[in-house]
Amino acid sequence: MPTDLRHSPGARVGLSIAVATGLYGISFGALSVSSGLDVWQTSALSLLLFSGGSQFAFIGVIAGGGSGAAAAGAAALLGIRNAVYGMQLNALLHPHGWRRFAAAQVTIDESLATSTGQTDPVEQKRGFWVAGLGIFVLWNVFTLVGALAGDALGDPKQWGLDGAAVAAFLGLLWPRLRSREAGATAAVCALATVLAVPFVPPGVPILVAAVVAAAIGWFGFRHGPEGEGLEPDVDPYPGPQGRPGPTNAPATR
Amino acid sequence: MNVWFWILVACAAAYLTKLLGYLVPRKWLTNARVARVAGTLTIGLLASLTVANTVATGQEMVLDARLGALVAAAIALRFKAPFLVVVIVGASAAAGLRLLGAA
Repeated sequence: MPTDLRHSPGARVGLSIAVATGLYGISFGALSVSSGLDVWQTSALSLLLFSGGSQFAFIGVIAGGGSGAAAAGAAALLGIRNAVYGMQLNALLHPHGWRRFAAAQVTIDESLATSTGQTDPVEQKRGFWVAGLGIFVLWNVFTLVGALAGDALGDPKQWGLDGAAVAAFLGLLWPRLRSREAGATAAVCALATVLAVPFVPPGVPILVAAVVAAAIGWFGFRHGPEGEGLEPDVDPYPGPQGRPGPTNAPATR
Repeated sequence: MNVWFWILVACAAAYLTKLLGYLVPRKWLTNARVARVAGTLTIGLLASLTVANTVATGQEMVLDARLGALVAAAIALRFKAPFLVVVIVGASAAAGLRLLGAA
């Protein structure tokens, strides 16, 4: 018999990850307005796009002077991992009817990781929905807070917001660098970016790096650890030994 | 094209990508190669965005206070600082270096 919701381990982890992740919506909101988007556009990204990495990618390209098309391209490519997550969650939770369409919107790194970290099917479901919906609400609230604060700050450079963007991208990349293969992929793509910058319009070097990354995934590293690069930005189950990537969790049942 | 248009394109693409996982037959995406490409794409794009935001100014390479932010953020991450702290450390490093006269 399942525990009631107040004592549910899945819901508890989901709630704590929702607070931790939701809070950093502040940084997205502030950086988004400093990249040149307005408060409405910033909120639209959090409401409708709702995938941290892709949102940061969009504003990162815009901040660098890239076109809207390049920004949308980078955001879309960075979201491809969510299709893999959706497939895993579909096998794990079997959502039906309208729930499937709601589940799709809150399919992100953290909701997947919270869910696959539980063993009881009821807890997997609770973990997914509490983390997914909790992050959705808090992420949007804190995005707005950050956007309004960023709007009031004035000159973003004086406050080091361009440095904050750099730190944010490194913070998203860092937990994914767990293997030599992941480090090598990051290094090659960083190099490809630097080489491309002088020759193509702003934003396009990021798409060049995406092509290189896809080629590495398709042709190389046959024996790299399964699921590398698919680690969540914020770990719902931090422990001294770390935790295997979410795709290593048993998704087939 | 205006920014709103591309915002909506990005949002539609993101949602349809997520939904795809729920709708397509499982075997399409259980392919190990597809999962690996999704993983390397994530790493490659984040690495590229990190570098581009650190050294690119338009089509030029510029070394300025942002490099200090990168180093400071790496140190914070090395000490397992939470994401929001890392972002604040990066901003402080860039702002501090500018106060000291860096570009």
